[in-house]
Amino acid sequence: MEDEGRIRIAADADLVLARQKGRRLAAAMGFSGTDATLIATAISELARNILAYAGVGEIELARIHENSRDGIVVVALDSGPGIADLEAAMQEGFSTAGGLGMGLPGARRLVDEFDIVSEVGKGTTVTLRKWRAFAA
Amino acid sequence: MPASILKQGAYLIASIQSALTDAEVIQLQDDLVEQVGKFRSRGVILDVSGLDVIDSFGSRTLHSIAVTTKLRGADSVIVGIRPDVAFAIVQLGLGLEGVHTALDLEEGLAFLNRMGEGGRRGG
Repeated sequence: MEDEGRIRIAADADLVLARQKGRRLAAAMGFSGTDATLIATAISELARNILAYAGVGEIELARIHENSRDGIVVVALDSGPGIADLEAAMQEGFSTAGGLGMGLPGARRLVDEFDIVSEVGKGTTVTLRKWRAFAA
Repeated sequence: MPASILKQGAYLIASIQSALTDAEVIQLQDDLVEQVGKFRSRGVILDVSGLDVIDSFGSRTLHSIAVTTKLRGADSVIVGIRPDVAFAIVQLGLGLEGVHTALDLEEGLAFLNRMGEGGRRGG
């Protein structure tokens, strides 16, 4: 896994920066324009979740190469309050921050793989992977 | 501010030139709602072709802009949603129900003109 940068998420403007970096990395890796938009949108949802629930956190971007596939990894981590009921948090329409409750389930649909680890009082880590459609 | 509002006859045309922060999106919504009253506008066109990402917050705000301007007496139409952005909105599981959309500025103007005529005919 090759580290391509981390973006501190603490304010509104960081969301824009995070999704722009994600889009640039996806484009540089040869993802299609549509896939780059899906990745940027997923990053936006995760960064938004960090702001809404933890206030501060990080988005890490990396390239991976596995089984002769190239992919992008997005890790969103925070040391916020954590999620008590992960199952509920992944339900559409569930929100404790006044949002639509589309953030996490929405982000999951935009990518190929989605993992979430959360511990109450410790924080939350969400990992997304999206594979490039075909070898360049 | 990467967004501008232009008065064009009875319509307001708001254009977003580049990515907006959430605060700037909210500001645009407030400005639009205020200017609809100030200029007694009958219609609002919101050109979002400068937005490369519309996430759940973006969709919700577009919907909110459409509803609030409607409550102020102006029809609104969103134009310029990019194809990849449209795809992402669908994948996210969001729609823009209750929001009028058109391909571009020209189609948006035609739409508002039709709405105006229909309104007059309907009395």
